[in-house]
Amino acid sequence: MTATTHTADHADEHHDHKPYGLSRWLFTTNHKDIGTMYLLFGLLMAIVGGFLSLGIRAELFMPGLQILQPETFNSFMTLHGLIMVFGAVMPVFVGFANWLIPMQIGAADMAFPRMNNWSFWMLPPAAILLAASFFVEGGAIQSGWTLYPPLFTQSGIAGDMTILAVHILGASSIMGSINIVTTVLNLRAPGMTLMKMPLFVWTWLITAYLLIAVMPVLAGAVTMLLTDRHFGTSFFNAAGGGDPTMFMHIFWFFGHPEVYIIILPAFGIVSQIIPAFSRKPLFGYASMVYATASIAILSFIVWGHHMFTVGMPAAGQLFFMYATMLIAVPTGVKVFNWIATMWRGSLTFETPMLWALGFLFMFTMGGFTGLVLAITPVDITLHNSYYVVAHFHYTMVAGASFAIFGGVYYWWPKWTGKMYNESAGKLHFWWTTIGFNLTFFPQHFLGLAGMPRRIPDYALQFAEWNMISSIGAFFLAAGQIFFMITLYMSYKSGQPAKDKQWEGADSLEWTHLPSPAPYHTFEVQPVLK
Amino acid sequence: MISKSNIGSANTFGLARLVRLVNPVMRLGFLAIAGFATLAHASYDVNIPPPATGIASEIYDLHLYILIICVIIFVLVFGAMFYSVFKFRKSQGAKADVNFHESTLIEIIWTVIPFIILIVMAIPATKTVLAMKDTSNPDLTIKVVGYQWGWQYEYQQDGLSFYSSLATPWSQVGQPGVPASEPKGQNYLLEVDNPMVVPVGKKVRLLITSNDVLHGWYVPTLGVNQYGIPGFIKDSWFKVEKAGTYKGQCSQICGKLHGYMPITVVAKDPADYAAWVKEAKGKFAIKSDASVAADTPPKVAAIVDEPGKKWTLGELKQAGESLYAANCAACHQADGKGNPAMKAKALDGSPVVIGAKSSQIAILLKGRPGTLMAGFDRLSDVELAAVSTYARNSWGNKTGDMVLPADIKAARK
Ligand code: HEC
Ligand SMILES: [Cu+2]
Repeated sequence: MTATTHTADHADEHHDHKPYGLSRWLFTTNHKDIGTMYLLFGLLMAIVGGFLSLGIRAELFMPGLQILQPETFNSFMTLHGLIMVFGAVMPVFVGFANWLIPMQIGAADMAFPRMNNWSFWMLPPAAILLAASFFVEGGAIQSGWTLYPPLFTQSGIAGDMTILAVHILGASSIMGSINIVTTVLNLRAPGMTLMKMPLFVWTWLITAYLLIAVMPVLAGAVTMLLTDRHFGTSFFNAAGGGDPTMFMHIFWFFGHPEVYIIILPAFGIVSQIIPAFSRKPLFGYASMVYATASIAILSFIVWGHHMFTVGMPAAGQLFFMYATMLIAVPTGVKVFNWIATMWRGSLTFETPMLWALGFLFMFTMGGFTGLVLAITPVDITLHNSYYVVAHFHYTMVAGASFAIFGGVYYWWPKWTGKMYNESAGKLHFWWTTIGFNLTFFPQHFLGLAGMPRRIPDYALQFAEWNMISSIGAFFLAAGQIFFMITLYMSYKSGQPAKDKQWEGADSLEWTHLPSPAPYHTFEVQPVLK
Repeated sequence: MISKSNIGSANTFGLARLVRLVNPVMRLGFLAIAGFATLAHASYDVNIPPPATGIASEIYDLHLYILIICVIIFVLVFGAMFYSVFKFRKSQGAKADVNFHESTLIEIIWTVIPFIILIVMAIPATKTVLAMKDTSNPDLTIKVVGYQWGWQYEYQQDGLSFYSSLATPWSQVGQPGVPASEPKGQNYLLEVDNPMVVPVGKKVRLLITSNDVLHGWYVPTLGVNQYGIPGFIKDSWFKVEKAGTYKGQCSQICGKLHGYMPITVVAKDPADYAAWVKEAKGKFAIKSDASVAADTPPKVAAIVDEPGKKWTLGELKQAGESLYAANCAACHQADGKGNPAMKAKALDGSPVVIGAKSSQIAILLKGRPGTLMAGFDRLSDVELAAVSTYARNSWGNKTGDMVLPADIKAARK
């Protein structure tokens, strides 16, 4: 990747002009500003979602009811899920996409900057609707994030607020995805062919297609809930000729691709970090691209594995079991490729690399428990038990969130021009890893022993592991406060970062741009060979 | 799991037996890691509890079989990772071999090998799936209806029908800010008033449905976990091999008291079972068509409203009688005296019934959250009017007035 030089052309005075104060953020069309807003919004939502999870874990610290009424517990559990998925993890990844995609493909900005602004500013109203639903009569919805009727249909006005919020979030995601697809397909610098793009861009391109495909499905499903509630339809009401099972099918047709929407960008981040700290190109680049695409395609035909206990025919169970098991193949290819990247490399272990390795190790554990759950008979005995809770937190927290942390440390110098404190970053990693495993590893045992999920109170045999899990959760949360302090200190008084902070990094934002990246970049596209 | 009986091992496969041997070792390992082994009475179980049916036994073995394969792969793969982490450190002078970044052969190998391993996993799993789905030729069929929040069991052959709900007193649970006033018992939250009783060694087929929202009839040791879906009947089966008590809980969130909806199955030897049926007939017999009660969907006597129709007290009360029998008597009893076992209050003399019409209408439409009393808003205006009128003018209740369909319509708003 040799190319034209850079930095100098940005000294030009009028380039960095930007509005100041609130209007800068309200009206901005700059991908970096919008990326920052997405990241901060995600952080705020993660704090809210984290607070709810601490409520849950505090109630589960010991048997009996101590701090939450069962219905409040259900609301906490439901909103924890909705907020973390739609409010925290997804926006954070969109924040990464906004910041990095234009810089990594050598574009000046996203293809539709105004739409970009609009897709961000739709999020706060949705978040407010969700948060406000706690304070309306009947409290926030209690159906779990899956919104299954008929229980969901019993919700009060909070049900409608949630439906509206999901609609807004969905529209925002669709707009964001269209923007990403258009940007990647049309705004690449000369010479940046598709098969030269950094893997992060590839994973987001594929994710954006997934989003465009499934968000409307979710929108359809929640609209049917709305009309069932208010306009006398009976899509999901057996008494009127409908079928509650149909909702589950539609929901999971969205919901399974959704989990890949969350994990593919994480794969992308890890695929940037591991080569950088191995000082070696990513092993099997092409096969990584194909594996990502196969995972995305397979994700459309496995939704039934969420529904093995609905009572589908044997043929259905077998089909979904086989299809689900198949996903292990491309996922395995990815893991093998990452390890092969490290093989015969020249490794160093700065903070981002630690997170990437933590991701690799623990995400794979989540992958294996996923394989265990793919086996229909085993799933039947573990479905809706804590084993499932453990499984998806290994993929969502140790998977998605570890990649996010790794990515934040990796690109922080580029974003802010400041270095974070290495020791603090490493401490944060070990703190989180220990807290995470303390919280979620015991939940495998709870699930195996038969403890159902989504209960505020439990039998005495489950007490010990629950107590350990709760202690772990508070420890884990404290670590994240430490993380915020670390970043804040770096922002205020960190050492200046180098333009190419990481020796092994080879994507354009490192090779062609200074740190911090100027407000406007690549107004003249670099030419790559 | 050493104590686990050998049920079902006839149809298990070799490796699974081997893994069973490994299991206690694994368990000890976890215990040692956790370092809590010394705590008395504490339960640090790390595996599926001992299975009680052939299917559960197959599931148990299957899980261990898959787990062991996964652990082996995990150790190999992450062995390679840790080897790299220690061997290829820059600080120890490792130079990156930048040409080692592509190999079609390697890619093919690590695509094909996992595929083969998956096939090896899928074969025994398929066998178990087919066995679990084979509900044919049951010796006994029990209909299971989920309620917010309890279960109803209906033994069609034996003519029994009864409710089964949480027996743990609320005084053991406590309230936010109010500690439990009684210590928690051994079976806290896992005890019911009337357990499902089944004969040992007989194939029991369950027909599972629900009266309101989704529920999940989940007893891990029997290998059954099946949603109850309102308006649909799904089936499942089990055959308990040994007399004993098996416990489970509702597995699908169903509202406020989802966590308080346990399941208990008592398996008795056939002779004891026969004795139980005899005794149960006294309490739980399905007496007449009417008290088949709270069956889903409820048997509703035909009564239709015609616009402008002038109802008389007699007409409404007469229609109300059969509606009451079909929808309410299961809990409140034909004589309106209620059923303390279900905490169903007496309607005879209840101020809610004979007081303002609106108070009874309100509870009929909305139910009373947190109790077995669910809302009946699925009944039509005229049906609700009839049943309310009936309740206000039966047994000792003599208000002499009518609740009209229009009153219900207004209350629905
Ligand atoms: C599944 C069992 C069940 C069924 C069926 C049922 N109820 Fe109830 N009902 C209860 C329980 C339990 C309560 C007590 C609620 C409480 O503790 O406040 C109750 C309470 C009531 C009350 C209030 C009594 C009072 O004094 O507070 C009325 C009125 C009532 N039911 C009417 C009916 C009518 C009419 C029907 C039939 C359309 C019906 N119920 C069907 C279980 C049931
Ligand atoms: Cu339930």
